[in-house]
Parts: sequence; C-alpha cells; structure tokens
Amino acid sequence: MENLQALLADGKQAVAQADDVKTLDDVRVQYLGKKGHLTQLLKGLGKLSAEERPAAGAKINEAKEELAAELSARKEQLERAALEQKLAAETIDVTLPGRGQQLGGLHPVTKTMERIESFFGSIGYTVEEGPEIEDDYHNFEALNIPSHHPARAMHDTFYFDPTTLLRTHTSPVQVRTMESGQPPIRIICPGRVYRNDYDQTHSPMFHQVEGLLIDKNISFADLKGTLEQFLRAFFEEDVKVRFRPSYFPFTEPSIEVDIDRGDGKWLEVLGCGMVHPKVLEMSGIDPDEYSGFAFGMGVERFAMLRYGVDDLRLFFENDLRFLSQFR
Amino acid sequence: MKFSEHWLRELVQPEIDTQTLVDQLSLSGLEVDEVEPVAGQFSGVVVGEIISAEQHPNADKLRVCQVSDGSEEFQIVCGAPNARAGIRVPFAKVGAVLPGDFKIKKAKLRQVESFGMLCAEDELGLSDDHAGLMELAADAPVGTDIREYLKLDDQIIDVDLTPNRGDCLSLVGMAREVGVLNKVPVAEVDCAAVAPQIDDQVEAKLLAANGCPRYLARVIRNINPGVETPLWMQEKLRRSGVRTIDPVVDVTNYVLLELGQPMHAFDLNKLEGGIQVRMAEQDEELTLLDGQEIKLNADTLVIADQSKAVAMAGIMGGEPTSVTGETTDILLESAFFAPLAIAGRARSYGLHTDSSHRFERGVDWQQQRRAIERATALLLDIVGGEAGPVTEAVSETDLPEAAQVTLRHDRVTSMLALEIPAEEIVEILTRLGLSLEVSGDRQWQVSVPSYRFDISLEVDLIEEIARVYGYNNLPSRTPLAELPIAPKSEALVLQGRVRSHLISLGYQEAITYSFIEKGLSAQFDDQHEPMALANPISAEMAVMRTSLWPGLAKALQYNQHRQQPRVRLFEIGQRFVPGDEGLQQQNVVAGIICGSRQPEGWNGGSDKVDFFDLKGDVESLLGLGSCADQFSFAAEPHVALHPGQSAAILRGGKTVGRIGALHPSLQKSLDLTGPVFLFEIELDAVIEGQVSRFSELSKFPESRRDLAVLMNVETHFAQLREVVVAEAGEYLKQVTLFDVYQGQGIEPGRKSLALGLTWQHPSRTLTDEEINSAVSAVVSALGTKLGAVLRD
Repeated sequence: MENLQALLADGKQAVAQADDVKTLDDVRVQYLGKKGHLTQLLKGLGKLSAEERPAAGAKINEAKEELAAELSARKEQLERAALEQKLAAETIDVTLPGRGQQLGGLHPVTKTMERIESFFGSIGYTVEEGPEIEDDYHNFEALNIPSHHPARAMHDTFYFDPTTLLRTHTSPVQVRTMESGQPPIRIICPGRVYRNDYDQTHSPMFHQVEGLLIDKNISFADLKGTLEQFLRAFFEEDVKVRFRPSYFPFTEPSIEVDIDRGDGKWLEVLGCGMVHPKVLEMSGIDPDEYSGFAFGMGVERFAMLRYGVDDLRLFFENDLRFLSQFR
Repeated sequence: MKFSEHWLRELVQPEIDTQTLVDQLSLSGLEVDEVEPVAGQFSGVVVGEIISAEQHPNADKLRVCQVSDGSEEFQIVCGAPNARAGIRVPFAKVGAVLPGDFKIKKAKLRQVESFGMLCAEDELGLSDDHAGLMELAADAPVGTDIREYLKLDDQIIDVDLTPNRGDCLSLVGMAREVGVLNKVPVAEVDCAAVAPQIDDQVEAKLLAANGCPRYLARVIRNINPGVETPLWMQEKLRRSGVRTIDPVVDVTNYVLLELGQPMHAFDLNKLEGGIQVRMAEQDEELTLLDGQEIKLNADTLVIADQSKAVAMAGIMGGEPTSVTGETTDILLESAFFAPLAIAGRARSYGLHTDSSHRFERGVDWQQQRRAIERATALLLDIVGGEAGPVTEAVSETDLPEAAQVTLRHDRVTSMLALEIPAEEIVEILTRLGLSLEVSGDRQWQVSVPSYRFDISLEVDLIEEIARVYGYNNLPSRTPLAELPIAPKSEALVLQGRVRSHLISLGYQEAITYSFIEKGLSAQFDDQHEPMALANPISAEMAVMRTSLWPGLAKALQYNQHRQQPRVRLFEIGQRFVPGDEGLQQQNVVAGIICGSRQPEGWNGGSDKVDFFDLKGDVESLLGLGSCADQFSFAAEPHVALHPGQSAAILRGGKTVGRIGALHPSLQKSLDLTGPVFLFEIELDAVIEGQVSRFSELSKFPESRRDLAVLMNVETHFAQLREVVVAEAGEYLKQVTLFDVYQGQGIEPGRKSLALGLTWQHPSRTLTDEEINSAVSAVVSALGTKLGAVLRD
C-alpha cells in the first residue's frame, strides 16, 4: 500500500502539471479511468485477506476522491483561465461610434407649434385645421372685413381670382368651426398662412396658431389670465406681460400683447381680443348669450424668441446645419 | 402720423415728459413707432450774418468770410458754394459742440485763420442736406441761439395708427386723446369766419351726393404767389414729414395736419365754369399732379368743371388746374367724401395720398366750414388777397348719421369683470367728445361725435372705456369651464407619431414653400395644371404645389451645394391638386433620401441608398396604423421617376401614394448627385388605422419548409406571393423571402427566389402529410400559373 501514497503523489503532480483541459482529462483517465492506476489498485484488493480488505479499500477510495477533487479544482481553474483568455481576446473599444441611423429632428416651427398646442390641449382646447386656399368670405367678410375695408391693406393678400385667395391668417378655421357648431367652443388652429410681403423680417409664408374660446360669461379678464399664464408657461420664465389696445376688425376690444423678458424691452408677441358681436352673429351664435375671446400668434416669432434664432429666412431654407440643431 | 411734440403741446399741456407721453399714447392704442429729435445734439450755434465773403488767397474753393454774431465780427474760412454776403446762417462759434461730439476750435486753413464754422443742415442733424449753408430767414435775429430760434428742442413723434382711428390723423385729434388720458383741457383751433371782401363765387353741384354729400368752395383773388411760407409753418410741416412746396399748398397741408381735413386749391382761372362733383365717365382722362396720365374708371368720384374732370376726388388734384408760381386767383375746396366712395380707389390706381388715407378712414363730416375758414385766414395772412363768400353744397340725407348707442353699465361690468364707477364712465366718454344721457337704470343713451366713425355698437363704447381706463389696470382671471371628456379615436395615428417615427428613422423635418416655380412643377407633375397666383412674389413662387417633391428636391439641392452628401428629409403639408371635382387640398407626408445608407462611419453602411431602403422606411410608416396588410405596391411609371424604379402605393386597391427613384434626367437638370429616392403618401391613408385585436396564441409547433423557385425575371414577387398564399392552405402563417439570385448558374432571363413557408394550426400539430400536400399544391400552381419551377 506504500505504493498508493506514491501513486497519489504522482497523480497530484500530473494534475498540477496539466495546463489544458485535454491533458487534464488524460490524467483523469490515466488514474481514475476503468484501467487507471487507482482503479487497478481496487481490483487488486481481491488478493488481500477479508480482514485487511475494508481498510485498504477505504484508503484507496479516499485517495481516489482526493485526486478527483484535485482534478475538478484544476479543471475549474483551467476553464476559468480559458474563459478569461477568450474574453480578453474579445475586448472591444467601447468608445467607437455606434452603428445605425442618426436621429433626425423636428423642424423648430413644428416643435414650437406642438408646444403651444400642448399647453392649450391640457386645458381642453382641441386642434382644428382648415384649407389654405380660402374664399374671400371666410378670410375676410365673415370676420367683419368687407371688401373696401382699410384693414385689407394690412393683409397683403395673395389672390388666385377676386374671390379665391391664400388665407392671410388661420381665423377662417375659427369661422368654419363656429358655423358648424354651438358653444362652448375651445379650439386651437395651427397652420400655414400667407402674405405678399418678403424682406428680412417678413416671409410670404409663415405659421400661426390661433385660439378661440366661446362660452357664457367670458370676459376680458379671462382673456388676460389665459394669455398671461400661457406666456409664462411657454417661456418657463416669469415674463412681464403688457396689454395694449389695438385694432382688428373681428375683435372688440382688440389687444396687442407685449412681453419683457427681463431686459426692459417690450416685444410684441401676439394679437387678441374679445370676439366682435358681428362675427358671432354672422356665424350663427347669439352675442347676447355668448361671448368669447380669440388670439393669434406667429409661430416663427415664438420659435425665434425661444431658441434664439435671429433670421426668419433660416426657417424655410431647410439647411441641414440649421435643422439638425433641433431634435 | 408724424408730428412735432411742440405743436401738440401748443394744443394740450399735460405735465409729463416726452417718454411718459409716448408710453401713454402706445398704451392707449396709438402705438408710437419712433421718437426722433428734430435736430442732433449741439450747442453754441447762433444766427450769424455774413458781412463779407472774399476769395481765399490759397484755395480756389474756399472763401474767407466776416461773420457777425450781432456784437462782434469773426473771420471764418468756408467752403460752401452759397457762402455770400448778406445771408444769415447757423454759426458755430469757437467752443461750440456739433452732433457727434465735434468740438469747434480755432483753426488755420491754408494759412488763413478761422474762428468757428458756418453750418449746413446735415451738420446740425436737421436733415441730410449738405448742398450748402442752411440759409435762414432774412429777419432771423442775429446772435440768437439757433436751438431757440428754430425751436429745436423738440421731438418728432411717429404714431402708427390703426385704420379705425382716422379721428387721430390730426393734431387736434391727437391732442384730444392726450387731454382724455391726462384729464386736462384741450385748446380750440381758431376757425372764426373770415368776412368776405369780394362777391365772387363759384357754383358747386353735387351730382353724386352719396359719394360727396358736402362740398364747400371759396374764391380768393389777388394773392401774391411769390411770398415764401413762414419758417414756423415750414418747420411744422417738415417735422410732420411734409415738404414745403408753395404757400397755398403748404396752407392746405397745414390744415390737413392740424384739423385732419384734406383740402385742395385750384387755379381759378384754369377752371371753366362751376364745379360738379360726379362719377367719372369710363376712361375719362385726367393728368394728375404727379404727372401721371390716368384713364378713370366709372367707379371713381371726380371734381369736374363744365368741360372736364379736374381732380380725383379726395385722392389727388389734376395737374392742368393746379396752383403754380403764376397763380393769383384760387378756388379753395373743403369737402366731405364718404369713406365707401374713396376706399380702395386710390389703391386701384396705385396711389396712396395723405388725403385718400384720411377719407378712406373717415373725416369729420361737420368740420368742412371750420377748415375752409381756418385755411382762408392763414392764406390771407401769408399771401394776402381778398376772399369771397363760402359756397356750400350739401345733401343732408346723404350725410352720415350721428350714431346713438345704448350703454348698459351691467354689460361694461360683465365684459371687463370689473365695476367701474358711473362717474368715471361718464368722464371718460365725455372727454372723448361723446355725450351721455341717462336712459334708464344703469343705462345711458350715448351720442357719437361726427369724427368717430368707429363707434356704432355698445361694445365699441366698452372698448373706449377699457382703453382709457387702461388694459393693464383691468383684472385678470382663469376661465372656468365645464370640461366633459370628448371621445378620441384610437384607430387614428397621431400626426406627432408619424413625425417621431420618421425622425427615429433618421429623417429631418423640412418646411418648404407652398408656392413654387411653374416649370419645376411641370417637371414633377404633367397631369395637373397648378393653381397660379394672380400676384406672386416672384416667378420662383408663382404656382401652388401639386406635390411636395419639387420643394424637397430643391431643399436637397440646397444642401448638396453646401457639402451635405447625405440627406434624409420629410415634410408634412398640403398639396393643391385641381381636378374635375374641384380643388383637392390634401395633407400628405413626403420624403426624400440620398447618399449613403448610414452616416459615414468606420463600420460599413457606406453603400448608397437604394429603392428598398426607402421602401422599408415607408412600409414601417404604413404599419403604424396596424393595417399594413391593406397596402400594396405596384410598378407604375411617373414623369418624375425612373421608369424601372417607380411604384404606386395602394390601399385597398386605391392609389394613395407613390415611391421611386428620381428620374436620372430630372436629377441631372436639377444638378443633383444621385441616386435620389422619393415618396409621397396621403396623410389620411397613413393615419387611418384600426384598433388592435387580440388573436389566440397557438400552443402547437410551427412547421417550416424552404423552397427555391426559378421563374422569369419579369414575374414579380407579389405574383409569386399571391399564388403561394392562395395554395398553401389556411394554416399558412408566414411567407419569408430570404434570397433573390440572378446570374451564374441560372439561365439568362430567369431568377431564383428562396422562400420560407411557415404553417401552424391553432389547436393541433400539423402532420408531415398535410405540410407536404400543401407544398405540392403550391409547387404545382406555381408551375401552371407562373411557369416557375423548383430549383434543384
């Protein structure tokens, strides 16, 4: 049995020297396999006496277990090393740029329009749209601007023929909404509008968002409150807001709204007013029962103020270097 | 409306400074555009008299002048061409400071000493005139400070009046407003009647009384046309932006500015017989004051004598009967023309005058007599002469009526959400010139004065009260409303989602003009004649787009010309397609791509995009509404597209869009680097989807068979797919095309398509026999219907 200790020592050494899984497996077969050295020793037990046999068998089994434990530990060690080596070989430069499309972006005008819509949407206004090629009636007559009204000169209208034109504001959508329904009306009308004026500060096409609220007991104070809250929400600042009398044929009183964002300069940002009783009447709403207010704003102007864009023309050049600054 | 602050303060004297006045005007609805000092900042300039002017010994263009300031004489070297003895000019003495902080010092010009400087208008910041020295009146008090003499401590206030406030197009009107805002009295302009000194009269007939219900005329004889308009009047005119012409015209312009009454003066001796105010005859000819020869329209009101039109009423006088340097006898006109008779007429002739501007908006219809008296008195003062009696023709029934409006205090309160005391309401309206009479409990009957054309309803009065009370002093509150939940269709894809989807696919949103060049439009659409604007900005913006493609192609071009080789753009907007059922204004979504498949990088994707890149994007877009299976693509040529790479996009058999490669020749003519791919789809087709519906998940295994099919190259995959789906039985779940091959190993004219077919039964496992029989059915039908065979 002194043989056993030597055999175990040899086996342990062989395990320790095996430096890959294959060699290690060979060692296992060599010692613990069916014809392995230790297995052979067990087979030799038959030559021993019945008294000696159990103790010798136990010893051999002990040695076998000891070697098996060594084997499995070594195997685990080798496998871990192999995995580590493989992982090391698979290491990549994680700072390389990723693959796939670059994110595009929303046009700043749309972005601004969606933002405006979201504020009013959250207080019950719905979005209404209408045709851009309009008739004279909806763009002017129904808004209390008869054909020879001097206010028409303020509009620089594009015509197709004497009664067909490109809408100069989105107010015709308000008219169409009033014609087809009764109050309460709470709508927002975003869209393209057109004026025949083209220079550094005027674009022949631009965007407006107009709003209309008609209900019972709507007062000037409701208009003021709504717009003050909107302007502060839009700019996320406590902007100073000032209301200035103005004139639009479709509202009475009419108001222009200025803001001061802290630099002491008043900037005109929107026009509004209480809906003119004639406009309500023409659209089939009783001005004695209902009152309301309307407001309209130039989206490009809001986008310029919000994002610091200083040239109106950039909005329609579609220069990717400009557009890609907005997401 | 431009005017001098001094002039205004002659009529009304609130104790406020210029800035306060300006803010007050703006906040009461008379928006001040600009405030500009009438002269630059300068000091130490006095009225000087040139005593003598001698040629400079060393310079051709310089003169050596002796200039008096009333007590001393100074030697001044001066280069102005009009420097001559006897004239009085602005004299900047040593120590004076001119605009731009320019200090006047003793100097030597070509060896001759000079003690100060004589000034032209621009050197004092009065105007841009640098033609010569500013010549002052011969009686200008020598030695007086120029600022004091010319009253230069004054501002020009430019108010941008809204069209409803014609009543403020005069100093009197402005003063009235300032009086109301500050609760101070306003001076009356002296319009006392001038007693006639002669009997001469010209008859006036109103032949179109609804256009001209009141016409006043007056003869003034023996005026001295050589007199110069006094400096005070010249200065007031100048500060109102009106050029001095001659004393007669200057007086009529002065009265126009002061009272807001446009007037006209004829050369009496060029008129034949009495005045008729009538409508023009169609194509009647008239040469206007500005030299234009006009053919009149029959809708235009004219002033005529017995033989011809002599003025376009309320717009512009005629040249042949105008006052000239030789005129000695004049006929003065002061009339009321109805706004509707004038509105739009000036513009129809391309004219816009101070007179038409006022008549269109409404001139006080009761001030014609006051105006003619005022003008007469001024004229007699300045040019002398003898005035005749005033002739007045009037048609009372055609004059506007003074509006009577009921004002309810409760209505004021509810509209403004504030109870304004009755006394305050009365005070505001009274100062504005309205008169109130109590007509019931908390109710007044209000009479509107003849200069307020903008007040006819109760709400107009409430506006006046609110305006004067101050919009910023009125309360503000959050509206209260019932907010019932409105139904919302889940089947509709939100536009915002369409946009975000395209953005995730790498598209940048563009906004292009709705109007484009006609030729460009035709290159992209030869089926429709686009709507043309009658008054386009330019040929590049002349017709309405029938497709978004031309605009996107131009945007691509713009970017390619700026070194952007990879472009992916989309736009959502209306296109305008004329057709048999009238004009269709449709919202569409369109896109354009060009350049590499992926942004330039280190790891592939540098291949150029092709048709299927765009088609994949479009298919995913069409999938947003959960009804992708309703869409199909069919090869169809289009004028703007490559004939072999062009398809209609159909939904349920109806064409809803188009996709393809830009035609190479169009690409070339647009100077684009290609290939370029485009799509355009009706937005409704994209957003009208359906609500998702759950279907049971099968617990049983799927079976898949792969087939490689050889068929003619002309045969479309869609046809193949159709046969497969029709023959493979009801449990076919999916058809996947995983390879398309053409070339070596395949006979010319044929191609190989490899398909994966997947079956699954909801409630049992399909047997091999079932699958095999489905496969043979497919194979046999492919053979008979498409001439396709399995590849070995």
